[in-house]
Amino acid sequence: MLSRLVLRAAPAALRALPPPVAVGVLHTTRPLHTTQQSLAPVPPLPEKGGEVRHGLIPEEFFQFLYPKTGVTGPYMLGTGLLLYLLSKEIYVVNHETAAAACILTVIVYAIKKFGPDVAAFADKLNEEKMASALAMKNDTIRTLQTAIEEEKKEQWRAEGRSYLFDAKRNNIAMLLEANYRERLLTVYNEVKKRLDYQVALQNLKRQKEQDHMIQWVEKNVVQSITPQQQKESIAKCILDLKALSKSAHATV
Amino acid sequence: GPLSERPLMEVRLGELHTWISTCSFSARGLLGAAQRAWSSYCAKYIHVKQGGPAGISMLLAGYCLLSYGWNYQHFKQHRWRKYH
Repeated sequence: MLSRLVLRAAPAALRALPPPVAVGVLHTTRPLHTTQQSLAPVPPLPEKGGEVRHGLIPEEFFQFLYPKTGVTGPYMLGTGLLLYLLSKEIYVVNHETAAAACILTVIVYAIKKFGPDVAAFADKLNEEKMASALAMKNDTIRTLQTAIEEEKKEQWRAEGRSYLFDAKRNNIAMLLEANYRERLLTVYNEVKKRLDYQVALQNLKRQKEQDHMIQWVEKNVVQSITPQQQKESIAKCILDLKALSKSAHATV
Repeated sequence: GPLSERPLMEVRLGELHTWISTCSFSARGLLGAAQRAWSSYCAKYIHVKQGGPAGISMLLAGYCLLSYGWNYQHFKQHRWRKYH
Protein backbone atom coordinates (compact mmCIF):
# COMPACT_ATOMS: atom_id res chain seq x y z
CA MET A 1 0.00 0.00 0.00
CA LEU A 2 2.75 2.38 0.97
CA SER A 3 4.85 1.27 -1.99
CA ARG A 4 1.92 2.06 -4.21
CA LEU A 5 1.72 5.53 -2.72
CA VAL A 6 5.42 6.06 -3.17
CA LEU A 7 5.44 4.75 -6.71
CA ARG A 8 2.45 6.82 -7.68
CA ALA A 9 3.34 10.05 -6.00
CA ALA A 10 7.12 9.92 -6.35
CA PRO A 11 7.52 11.14 -9.92
CA ALA A 12 5.03 13.97 -9.60
CA ALA A 13 6.30 14.95 -6.16
CA LEU A 14 9.90 14.94 -7.33
CA ARG A 15 8.99 17.30 -10.09
CA ALA A 16 7.19 19.63 -7.71
CA LEU A 17 10.06 19.85 -5.16
CA PRO A 18 11.64 23.28 -4.71
CA PRO A 19 15.43 23.35 -4.09
CA PRO A 20 16.58 22.44 -0.57
CA VAL A 21 16.62 25.19 2.02
CA ALA A 22 17.60 25.33 5.66
CA VAL A 23 14.67 26.78 7.54
CA GLY A 24 16.04 28.47 10.63
CA VAL A 25 16.90 26.06 13.38
CA LEU A 26 14.95 23.20 11.79
CA HIS A 27 17.28 21.96 9.08
CA THR A 28 14.90 20.46 6.51
CA THR A 29 15.64 19.51 2.95
CA ARG A 30 12.32 20.91 1.77
CA PRO A 31 9.83 23.34 3.19
CA LEU A 32 6.87 21.61 4.77
CA HIS A 33 3.25 21.87 3.67
CA THR A 34 3.89 24.19 0.77
CA THR A 35 3.05 21.94 -2.19
CA GLN A 36 -0.47 21.80 -3.50
CA GLN A 37 -0.83 18.07 -3.48
CA SER A 38 -1.13 16.12 -0.30
CA LEU A 39 -1.05 12.38 0.22
CA ALA A 40 -4.46 12.20 1.83
CA PRO A 41 -7.17 11.43 1.06
CA VAL A 42 -5.73 8.65 -1.07
CA PRO A 43 -7.60 8.14 -4.36
CA PRO A 44 -9.44 4.80 -4.36
CA LEU A 45 -8.11 1.77 -6.28
CA PRO A 46 -9.56 1.21 -9.74
CA GLU A 47 -12.18 -1.52 -9.88
CA LYS A 48 -10.78 -3.70 -12.64
CA GLY A 49 -7.27 -3.96 -14.05
CA GLY A 50 -6.28 -3.78 -17.66
CA GLU A 51 -8.05 -6.26 -19.91
CA VAL A 52 -5.98 -9.34 -20.73
CA ARG A 53 -7.01 -12.05 -23.15
CA HIS A 54 -6.27 -15.70 -22.35
CA GLY A 55 -4.46 -14.47 -19.23
CA LEU A 56 -1.36 -13.57 -21.21
CA ILE A 57 -1.85 -10.98 -23.92
CA PRO A 58 -3.15 -7.48 -23.13
CA GLU A 59 -6.21 -6.33 -24.98
CA GLU A 60 -4.33 -3.35 -26.41
CA PHE A 61 -2.47 -5.69 -28.75
CA PHE A 62 -5.69 -6.96 -30.28
CA GLN A 63 -7.02 -3.42 -30.58
CA PHE A 64 -3.76 -2.37 -32.20
CA LEU A 65 -4.09 -5.01 -34.92
CA TYR A 66 -7.85 -4.73 -35.38
CA PRO A 67 -7.97 -1.88 -37.96
CA LYS A 68 -5.60 -3.67 -40.35
CA THR A 69 -6.37 -7.36 -39.82
CA GLY A 70 -9.77 -7.53 -38.12
CA VAL A 71 -10.61 -9.97 -35.38
CA THR A 72 -8.60 -13.00 -36.49
CA GLY A 73 -5.41 -11.07 -37.16
CA PRO A 74 -3.64 -11.63 -33.84
CA TYR A 75 -4.59 -15.31 -33.80
CA MET A 76 -3.20 -15.76 -37.30
CA LEU A 77 -0.07 -13.97 -36.20
CA GLY A 78 0.20 -16.24 -33.16
CA THR A 79 -0.31 -19.45 -35.15
CA GLY A 80 2.17 -18.37 -37.80
CA LEU A 81 4.75 -17.46 -35.20
CA LEU A 82 4.30 -20.76 -33.40
CA LEU A 83 4.65 -22.82 -36.56
CA TYR A 84 7.71 -20.85 -37.59
CA LEU A 85 9.36 -21.34 -34.20
CA LEU A 86 8.58 -25.05 -34.20
CA SER A 87 9.56 -25.74 -37.80
CA LYS A 88 12.86 -23.91 -37.60
CA GLU A 89 13.38 -25.41 -34.14
CA ILE A 90 13.99 -22.06 -32.61
CA TYR A 91 11.77 -23.54 -29.90
CA VAL A 92 13.12 -27.03 -29.24
CA VAL A 93 10.65 -29.68 -28.07
CA ASN A 94 12.12 -31.60 -25.15
CA HIS A 95 11.13 -33.10 -21.81
CA GLU A 96 10.53 -29.65 -20.41
CA THR A 97 7.84 -29.09 -23.01
CA ALA A 98 5.88 -32.07 -21.70
CA ALA A 99 6.36 -30.94 -18.10
CA ALA A 100 5.25 -27.41 -18.99
CA ALA A 101 2.16 -28.74 -20.76
CA CYS A 102 1.12 -30.82 -17.73
CA ILE A 103 1.76 -28.00 -15.29
CA LEU A 104 -0.11 -25.48 -17.40
CA THR A 105 -3.09 -27.83 -17.73
CA VAL A 106 -3.28 -28.28 -13.97
CA ILE A 107 -2.89 -24.55 -13.31
CA VAL A 108 -5.54 -23.56 -15.81
CA TYR A 109 -7.92 -26.19 -14.44
CA ALA A 110 -7.34 -25.01 -10.87
CA ILE A 111 -7.86 -21.37 -11.78
CA LYS A 112 -11.02 -22.12 -13.69
CA LYS A 113 -12.42 -24.22 -10.86
CA PHE A 114 -11.35 -22.37 -7.70
CA GLY A 115 -10.86 -18.88 -9.04
CA PRO A 116 -14.28 -17.43 -8.26
CA ASP A 117 -14.31 -18.86 -4.74
CA VAL A 118 -10.92 -17.45 -3.87
CA ALA A 119 -11.92 -14.12 -5.39
CA ALA A 120 -15.11 -14.04 -3.33
CA PHE A 121 -13.17 -14.86 -0.17
CA ALA A 122 -10.62 -12.12 -0.82
CA ASP A 123 -13.42 -9.68 -1.56
CA LYS A 124 -15.10 -10.61 1.70
CA LEU A 125 -11.88 -9.96 3.63
CA ASN A 126 -11.51 -6.60 1.96
CA GLU A 127 -15.12 -5.76 2.70
CA GLU A 128 -14.66 -6.58 6.36
CA LYS A 129 -11.57 -4.40 6.57
CA MET A 130 -13.36 -1.53 4.87
CA ALA A 131 -16.43 -1.97 7.04
CA SER A 132 -14.43 -1.93 10.25
CA ALA A 133 -12.46 1.13 9.16
CA LEU A 134 -15.68 2.86 8.11
CA ALA A 135 -17.35 1.91 11.38
CA MET A 136 -14.43 3.35 13.31
CA LYS A 137 -14.61 6.54 11.30
CA ASN A 138 -18.35 6.83 11.81
CA ASP A 139 -18.02 6.15 15.50
CA THR A 140 -15.38 8.80 15.84
CA ILE A 141 -17.51 11.27 13.91
CA ARG A 142 -20.54 10.49 16.06
CA THR A 143 -18.53 10.82 19.26
CA LEU A 144 -17.13 14.13 18.13
CA GLN A 145 -20.59 15.38 17.20
CA THR A 146 -22.00 14.47 20.60
CA ALA A 147 -18.98 16.18 22.12
CA ILE A 148 -19.79 19.29 20.08
CA GLU A 149 -23.39 19.26 21.25
CA GLU A 150 -22.31 18.78 24.85
CA GLU A 151 -19.93 21.69 24.48
CA LYS A 152 -22.67 23.90 23.06
CA LYS A 153 -24.90 22.92 25.96
CA GLU A 154 -22.16 23.79 28.40
CA GLN A 155 -21.74 27.14 26.73
CA TRP A 156 -25.47 27.75 27.06
CA ARG A 157 -25.25 26.76 30.70
CA ALA A 158 -22.38 29.13 31.24
CA GLU A 159 -24.58 32.00 30.09
CA GLY A 160 -26.64 31.60 33.26
CA ARG A 161 -23.69 32.46 35.43
CA SER A 162 -25.07 35.93 36.12
CA TYR A 163 -28.02 34.35 37.94
CA LEU A 164 -25.68 32.14 39.86
CA PHE A 165 -23.57 35.09 40.93
CA ASP A 166 -26.66 37.10 41.95
CA ALA A 167 -27.85 34.24 44.10
CA LYS A 168 -24.44 33.92 45.67
CA ARG A 169 -24.27 37.64 46.29
CA ASN A 170 -27.69 37.52 47.96
CA ASN A 171 -26.56 34.65 50.12
CA ILE A 172 -23.49 36.47 51.23
CA ALA A 173 -25.42 39.65 51.91
CA MET A 174 -27.83 37.68 54.03
CA LEU A 175 -25.01 36.06 55.94
CA LEU A 176 -23.46 39.42 56.61
CA GLU A 177 -26.78 40.87 57.72
CA ALA A 178 -27.44 37.94 60.04
CA ASN A 179 -23.99 38.20 61.51
CA TYR A 180 -24.37 41.93 62.02
CA ARG A 181 -27.66 41.48 63.79
CA GLU A 182 -26.26 38.73 65.97
CA ARG A 183 -23.48 40.96 67.07
CA LEU A 184 -25.91 43.81 67.65
CA LEU A 185 -27.94 41.54 69.89
CA THR A 186 -24.84 40.48 71.77
CA VAL A 187 -23.90 44.08 72.33
CA TYR A 188 -27.38 44.88 73.55
CA ASN A 189 -27.40 41.92 75.90
CA GLU A 190 -24.01 42.73 77.32
CA VAL A 191 -24.91 46.34 77.90
CA LYS A 192 -28.21 45.33 79.49
CA LYS A 193 -26.42 42.91 81.78
CA ARG A 194 -24.05 45.57 82.96
CA LEU A 195 -26.87 48.03 83.55
CA ASP A 196 -28.93 45.37 85.36
CA TYR A 197 -25.97 44.68 87.54
CA GLN A 198 -25.69 48.28 88.53
CA VAL A 199 -29.44 48.46 89.22
CA ALA A 200 -29.36 45.29 91.28
CA LEU A 201 -26.38 46.63 93.16
CA GLN A 202 -28.23 49.83 94.05
CA ASN A 203 -31.36 47.92 95.06
CA LEU A 204 -29.38 45.62 97.23
CA LYS A 205 -27.63 48.48 98.90
CA ARG A 206 -30.91 50.29 99.61
CA GLN A 207 -32.50 47.10 100.92
CA LYS A 208 -29.61 46.41 103.18
CA GLU A 209 -29.73 49.94 104.49
CA GLN A 210 -33.49 49.63 105.08
CA ASP A 211 -33.17 46.34 106.87
CA HIS A 212 -30.40 47.54 108.96
CA MET A 213 -32.25 50.68 109.89
CA ILE A 214 -35.42 48.73 110.77
CA GLN A 215 -33.47 46.35 112.89
CA TRP A 216 -31.70 49.16 114.63
CA VAL A 217 -34.96 50.97 115.27
CA GLU A 218 -36.61 47.83 116.59
CA LYS A 219 -33.70 47.03 118.78
CA ASN A 220 -33.69 50.48 120.25
CA VAL A 221 -37.44 50.44 120.78
CA VAL A 222 -37.31 47.11 122.48
CA GLN A 223 -34.46 48.30 124.61
CA SER A 224 -36.36 51.42 125.53
CA ILE A 225 -39.30 49.49 126.79
CA THR A 226 -38.61 49.41 130.57
CA PRO A 227 -39.94 46.53 132.64
CA GLN A 228 -42.49 48.71 134.32
CA GLN A 229 -43.92 49.92 131.07
CA GLN A 230 -44.11 46.31 129.99
CA LYS A 231 -46.20 45.36 133.01
CA GLU A 232 -48.54 48.31 132.52
CA SER A 233 -49.06 47.50 128.89
CA ILE A 234 -49.71 43.80 129.60
CA ALA A 235 -52.36 44.73 132.28
CA LYS A 236 -54.04 47.10 129.87
CA CYS A 237 -54.12 44.43 127.23
CA ILE A 238 -55.75 41.96 129.60
CA LEU A 239 -58.43 44.54 130.53
CA ASP A 240 -59.06 45.24 126.89
CA LEU A 241 -59.41 41.56 126.19
CA LYS A 242 -61.89 41.11 129.00
CA ALA A 243 -63.96 43.98 127.72
CA LEU A 244 -63.88 42.55 124.22
CA SER A 245 -64.94 39.12 125.42
CA LYS A 246 -67.81 40.63 127.31
CA SER A 247 -69.01 42.48 124.24
CA ALA A 248 -68.61 39.33 122.20
CA HIS A 249 -70.69 37.34 124.72
CA ALA A 250 -73.33 40.09 124.63
CA THR A 251 -73.69 40.02 120.82
CA VAL A 252 -73.96 36.18 120.72
CA GLY B 1 1.94 17.17 -25.87
CA PRO B 2 5.54 17.63 -26.91
CA LEU B 3 7.29 14.61 -28.35
CA SER B 4 9.79 14.03 -25.59
CA GLU B 5 7.11 13.98 -22.87
CA ARG B 6 4.84 11.38 -24.43
CA PRO B 7 4.95 7.79 -23.18
CA LEU B 8 6.03 5.09 -25.60
CA MET B 9 2.55 3.77 -26.34
CA GLU B 10 1.42 7.12 -27.73
CA VAL B 11 4.35 7.64 -30.06
CA ARG B 12 3.58 6.89 -33.71
CA LEU B 13 5.79 4.57 -35.69
CA GLY B 14 7.09 7.37 -37.89
CA GLU B 15 8.16 9.47 -34.89
CA LEU B 16 9.85 6.60 -33.09
CA HIS B 17 13.31 7.59 -34.33
CA THR B 18 13.03 11.16 -33.06
CA TRP B 19 11.47 9.97 -29.82
CA ILE B 20 14.40 7.65 -29.10
CA SER B 21 16.81 10.51 -29.76
CA THR B 22 15.09 12.60 -27.07
CA CYS B 23 15.48 9.86 -24.43
CA SER B 24 18.22 10.28 -21.86
CA PHE B 25 20.34 7.15 -21.81
CA SER B 26 22.23 8.05 -18.68
CA ALA B 27 22.07 5.69 -15.69
CA ARG B 28 19.61 8.01 -13.99
CA GLY B 29 17.44 8.26 -17.08
CA LEU B 30 17.38 4.50 -17.59
CA LEU B 31 16.62 3.88 -13.93
CA GLY B 32 13.83 6.42 -14.07
CA ALA B 33 12.42 4.80 -17.17
CA ALA B 34 12.57 1.35 -15.57
CA GLN B 35 10.88 2.63 -12.42
CA ARG B 36 8.18 4.36 -14.40
CA ALA B 37 7.54 1.25 -16.47
CA TRP B 38 7.30 -0.95 -13.37
CA SER B 39 5.03 1.46 -11.53
CA SER B 40 2.69 1.84 -14.48
CA TYR B 41 2.54 -1.95 -14.89
CA CYS B 42 1.75 -2.36 -11.19
CA ALA B 43 -0.87 0.36 -11.26
CA LYS B 44 -2.56 -1.18 -14.27
CA TYR B 45 -2.56 -4.89 -13.46
CA ILE B 46 -1.75 -5.47 -9.79
CA HIS B 47 -3.05 -2.61 -7.62
CA VAL B 48 -6.69 -3.04 -8.53
CA LYS B 49 -9.65 -4.14 -6.50
CA GLN B 50 -10.50 -7.14 -8.68
CA GLY B 51 -7.34 -8.32 -10.36
CA GLY B 52 -7.18 -11.77 -11.90
CA PRO B 53 -4.41 -14.18 -12.76
CA ALA B 54 -3.32 -11.86 -15.56
CA GLY B 55 -1.03 -9.68 -13.44
CA ILE B 56 1.33 -12.39 -12.25
CA SER B 57 0.91 -14.71 -15.24
CA MET B 58 2.30 -12.07 -17.60
CA LEU B 59 5.32 -11.63 -15.34
CA LEU B 60 5.86 -15.39 -15.21
CA ALA B 61 5.48 -15.72 -18.98
CA GLY B 62 8.02 -12.95 -19.47
CA TYR B 63 10.35 -14.75 -17.07
CA CYS B 64 9.95 -18.01 -19.00
CA LEU B 65 10.73 -16.30 -22.29
CA LEU B 66 13.76 -14.52 -20.83
CA SER B 67 15.21 -17.70 -19.34
CA TYR B 68 14.59 -19.57 -22.63
CA GLY B 69 16.46 -16.82 -24.40
CA TRP B 70 19.37 -16.96 -21.93
CA ASN B 71 19.68 -20.72 -22.32
CA TYR B 72 19.15 -20.82 -26.09
CA GLN B 73 22.68 -21.99 -26.86
CA HIS B 74 22.10 -25.00 -24.59
CA PHE B 75 18.75 -25.84 -26.20
CA LYS B 76 20.25 -25.53 -29.64
CA GLN B 77 22.31 -28.61 -29.01
CA HIS B 78 19.18 -30.75 -28.40
CA ARG B 79 17.53 -30.13 -31.74
CA TRP B 80 15.75 -33.05 -33.43
CA ARG B 81 16.94 -32.30 -36.94
CA LYS B 82 20.13 -30.84 -38.23
CA TYR B 83 18.75 -29.06 -41.28
CA HIS B 84 15.57 -27.01 -41.27
